[in-house]
Amino acid sequence: MSLTGFEVEIQREVDGGLTTEDMTLSMGPQHPSTHGVLRFVVRADGEVMKEAIPDIGYLHRSIEKISEKVGWHGFMPYTDRVDYVAAMFCNQGWAMAAERLAGIEVPKRAEYCRIIAAEFNRIQSHLLSVGSMAMDIGAYTPFIHTVREREYINDLIEELCGARLTFNYMRIGGVAWDIPPGWREKALSFLERFEPLIDEYNALISYNKIYTERLRNVAAISAQEAIDYNLVGPNLRGSGVRYDVRRDLPYSVYPELDFDVPVGSGELGTLGDCFDRYMVRMREMKESCKILRQCLAQLPQGPVIAKVARNFKPAAGDCYVRIESARGDMGWYVVSDGTAFPHRCKIRTGSFAAMSIIQKVSRNLMIADLIAVIASFDLVAPEIDR
Amino acid sequence: MSLINTAPEMALTTKIDDFLNWTRKSSVWYMLFGLACCAIEMMQTGGPRADLDRFGAAPRATPRVSDLIIVSGTLTLKMALRTKVLYDQMPDPKYVISMGSCANCGGLFQLAYSVCDGVDKVIPVDVYVPGCPPRPEALTEGLIKLQEKIQQERWLVRKPVAANA
Amino acid sequence: MAVSDPAAVHAVLRSHFGDAIGDLAGTRPDNAGTTVAPSALVEVCRFLKTETGLAFDCLSNLSGVDYPKRNIIEVVYHLYSYRYRHLFVLKVEAPRDNPAVSSVAGVWSAAEWQEREVFDLLGVIFEGHPDLRRILMPEDWPGHPLRKDFVEPEEYHGISTSRESLLKT
Repeated sequence: MSLTGFEVEIQREVDGGLTTEDMTLSMGPQHPSTHGVLRFVVRADGEVMKEAIPDIGYLHRSIEKISEKVGWHGFMPYTDRVDYVAAMFCNQGWAMAAERLAGIEVPKRAEYCRIIAAEFNRIQSHLLSVGSMAMDIGAYTPFIHTVREREYINDLIEELCGARLTFNYMRIGGVAWDIPPGWREKALSFLERFEPLIDEYNALISYNKIYTERLRNVAAISAQEAIDYNLVGPNLRGSGVRYDVRRDLPYSVYPELDFDVPVGSGELGTLGDCFDRYMVRMREMKESCKILRQCLAQLPQGPVIAKVARNFKPAAGDCYVRIESARGDMGWYVVSDGTAFPHRCKIRTGSFAAMSIIQKVSRNLMIADLIAVIASFDLVAPEIDR
Repeated sequence: MSLINTAPEMALTTKIDDFLNWTRKSSVWYMLFGLACCAIEMMQTGGPRADLDRFGAAPRATPRVSDLIIVSGTLTLKMALRTKVLYDQMPDPKYVISMGSCANCGGLFQLAYSVCDGVDKVIPVDVYVPGCPPRPEALTEGLIKLQEKIQQERWLVRKPVAANA
Repeated sequence: MAVSDPAAVHAVLRSHFGDAIGDLAGTRPDNAGTTVAPSALVEVCRFLKTETGLAFDCLSNLSGVDYPKRNIIEVVYHLYSYRYRHLFVLKVEAPRDNPAVSSVAGVWSAAEWQEREVFDLLGVIFEGHPDLRRILMPEDWPGHPLRKDFVEPEEYHGISTSRESLLKT
């Protein structure tokens, strides 16, 4: 079977009497890095790569086409699968798009429930990202620690909505279930236990000499390049652009909450390198804890879902909803033609853009650095392929 | 000279078979073949709470050193061809656990145009674990079922010859 | 001097490009924009990116929508400016039988992969694209799946694409 549909030019050189030739390797689609089915066609001169050409589509599950078949309410479980590591955000994006098209106002308590669920999910997603990044660099222990912490959050969320990974928690007009009694105390005690652990993980791995040597000055991306390639989220903030959809295009009840937006500063190497992106994620976990404490304290009473018709038919038109997912600004472009089935749903994700910049960034990196780059971009295959 | 399928059936060979199978089932090394959401649950199952390693199942990177392939996640048609290649690269004896609805039958993606409805269209499956995604306890039970299956296998005993051979 | 209002952006575009710009459509900040004639697309995009008051340095989204009733495929561009924090929508219509649109990959690098995706799933040819080939579907896949009249093939490389329901007795 052919590698891909394009030709790769092999260069031969004569160096001191020895003829050398480029290697063309196929990294993937099955490889031990835990980021899903991604493939790179790597042209390498020994260990140094000339170029790593990404090849995607191995997890293309045609979620966008399915939206046209299952209708507005029925699409909610599919949105979980768009980014299964941070599924609450995808739920929220779809619900907000449908609500914006139909002009539905979500009750206050539902908004708070959404933010609480979403921020817990953000912590989970960043934990997985940090853990698997450490594992890819070569340190196995942090992965087990972060998986253990994820289990505690899984317990909390399972009590809230019944599922551990693909939640299907939000509905058009609110959320499906209210916060059960006793859950607030459990959530607060988890935060009490978890917040000091972030410092422990920082002490364990972040400034470890081996770790920083692998990450500093690797794949530094300037702010201008990041904007040009439409990088979003921690990838963009790692390059110094202080932009967060929760702060700059606020939605839901984020205007009532107080939190910082951490950006990379080139503290150990160049601005925008892998270490900056990693540290932005570690700091964001702390900010999420801050947001959660405020939400749990300010939670108002009231209904958790607005009255929405079962046969939901929003007005014809289109909308473009942007939310700050764990992987950055996720854009939902939804076109409605007034019927019970969406006309088109396009999901523009951060990992898609991050994958597209890899071909440029990988020139003259070593193959092991490519792993660090993939991990620092926090790619997940379903976001790329949908 | 191979000993497989050579010995007559008697108590001694059965005991040897049992012993061999016990050693084999206690160290089933699985290949990391996480495709989609079930891969995250597979990672959680390998984590500290529902530990797969206590059954001797360690994750391996390449098919050449693994006994088991846990197909966790949706198999697209593009990936199905490569799955067959990987399965062929695994040395005998090899087993397949199909984890999750998507690998069992296509799951909720049966409506999709690009999804292969079930991994058993390309490779033979030993254990199906239902769920979307299956809990770590469910995957652990799937592994235990596979271990029970491995325990039943007979290697040394000569296979019976058909009557009209 | 920022031009934040979509109506003001539209007015600036009209004054520069005249008839190539359609009327202002959309009522909310996230869908306010206009249609552009296909021939003027690249100049309009370059103008929107480089003009000091507009500075649309980010192509936030590029998607194609199939409208069989209007017999067009519409390519929608959502442009965003990090400097002035405003959003604008451009729409280009291409005939459904032979859809071809100029590529804006030279203006925003983010367009490269987005345009490949629209080509793959809808069949729109982007003229001037450096590397237009399928991105999500396999190289030898027949047809363009996101079109409304797409028919699923019966099998692909020997694997059948349907599964008998276990509920049938």
